[in-house]
Amino acid sequence: MSGNTGVKLIDDNGIRIDGRKVDELRPIKIEAGVLKSADGSAYVEIGKNKVLAAVYGPRECHPRHMQNPAKSIVQCKYNMIAFSVGDRKRPGPDRRSVEISKIISEALEYVVFTENFPRTSVDVYIEVLQANAGTRCAGLTAASVALADAGIPMKDLVPAIAVGKVNDQVVLDLNKEEDNYGQADVPIAMIPRTGEVLLLQMDGHLTVAEFNKAMDYAVPALEQVYQMQKDALRRRYESTETAEESTDDQTASEPSQEA
Amino acid sequence: MARSVVSEIKRDHIHKLIAKGKRVDGRVWDEFRQISIETNYIETAEGSARVKLGNTDVLVGVKMGIGAPFEDTPDKGVLSTNAELIPMGSPNFEAGPPDENSIELARVVDRGIRESGMIDLEKLCIEKGKECWINFIDIYVLDYDGNLFDAAFLGAVAALKTCKVPAKENGKGEDFMMPIKKTPISCTAVQIENVILFDPTLDEEKVAAARLTVTTDENGDLRAMQKGLRGAFTMDQVKNIIETSQRLGSELRKLVG
Repeated sequence: MSGNTGVKLIDDNGIRIDGRKVDELRPIKIEAGVLKSADGSAYVEIGKNKVLAAVYGPRECHPRHMQNPAKSIVQCKYNMIAFSVGDRKRPGPDRRSVEISKIISEALEYVVFTENFPRTSVDVYIEVLQANAGTRCAGLTAASVALADAGIPMKDLVPAIAVGKVNDQVVLDLNKEEDNYGQADVPIAMIPRTGEVLLLQMDGHLTVAEFNKAMDYAVPALEQVYQMQKDALRRRYESTETAEESTDDQTASEPSQEA
Repeated sequence: MARSVVSEIKRDHIHKLIAKGKRVDGRVWDEFRQISIETNYIETAEGSARVKLGNTDVLVGVKMGIGAPFEDTPDKGVLSTNAELIPMGSPNFEAGPPDENSIELARVVDRGIRESGMIDLEKLCIEKGKECWINFIDIYVLDYDGNLFDAAFLGAVAALKTCKVPAKENGKGEDFMMPIKKTPISCTAVQIENVILFDPTLDEEKVAAARLTVTTDENGDLRAMQKGLRGAFTMDQVKNIIETSQRLGSELRKLVG
């Protein structure tokens, strides 16, 4: 956060540089089951963010010493690809992505019924293809849809969104310019049904009143994202029925892969 | 690529079909799977392409920066190619530094582009011996169902052809399109039971004895080749693959303009 830099990001009518009102989300697209190799997958666009998530498992736990005899662990790897940002990002994990991977793993582990799969690991891979602020929220949103797509028993889906402060005003779902020149950024993930907050971070400067207002914006937005996650899974379920019929015809003579 | 096991029943199935002149997915020997190429897929990249080759799904992006030319080529821009077999793409890909498979993939793609003279690197020199454009080609495998070489190569060519050199933001005048001289195309075939199959799926790769990638230009000239896997080809098979690659290459070239 660079504080109030005097860059004007909200006009006198309360309209932001991308034409949104302060409590308006960017256009969101969620698609489940987009990759074939993965056990489950999802693609999420939030504004100009493009994020893929894939799930493998429950499978043998690596590294071995992480294994828990009583339950499964969720291991998430969040990664930004080299050309996802303005200046090329050197491939491989950095301190930021290690931290994000950790908090997303923790958020997801809460919803997965880990006690069903002792000694195993549920591996979640998040790849940010194109970044425009809010990638960890897009990543977590995609990851929970991917877990559901993988058929892993879980308590609920986890929608995530960022709220923040720009030009002394609380705004929902910061874009890149607002993130760069804004005064605060609060990524949050919550199960709407129960109100359980699974991820919450903040940096910048907010008064308590501003934080409360931010939450007032976030809660209905999270409910919206949650509905879109569910819709994506329903569409996936409808489309699998028809898709499987046609592949069955083509590969009738092929022995089952899972045999 | 991934040296994963393949079940006996599947191996037998593929072999039996081949003996009957068939492939698992019903294609003929020299038929590619359906290809889709979406260029300008990533706005933050100077050029990008997402290529789907059947169920294989590869994303290639080009980033450009300014740096110093190599001492032995002071009047030329620099090309650097990197491939990541990210764990998302296959249960057998692991996180971490590039392994031999991703290095081979990157180098084969790099060679085809470099050796064909696809990019006019002299036009990417800004000041001789001091400043030039550096091209980073990054290849990401999102979903692996065989034949990464051709999917990645198509992606790299398509990304480069739609790549805009970001001169303005670097204070080097107006933006311009990547100077392109040639359109190389790679075609990969495998040998299974002495039958040559093009564009192998993952299952076909797993049972294949040998693999050959041939990169040709629009004149049908050879620009790069790479033989892989532990088996062998006969000289007739090699010639057959080259000939077919020229023909298939001219078809595939239409997809990348």
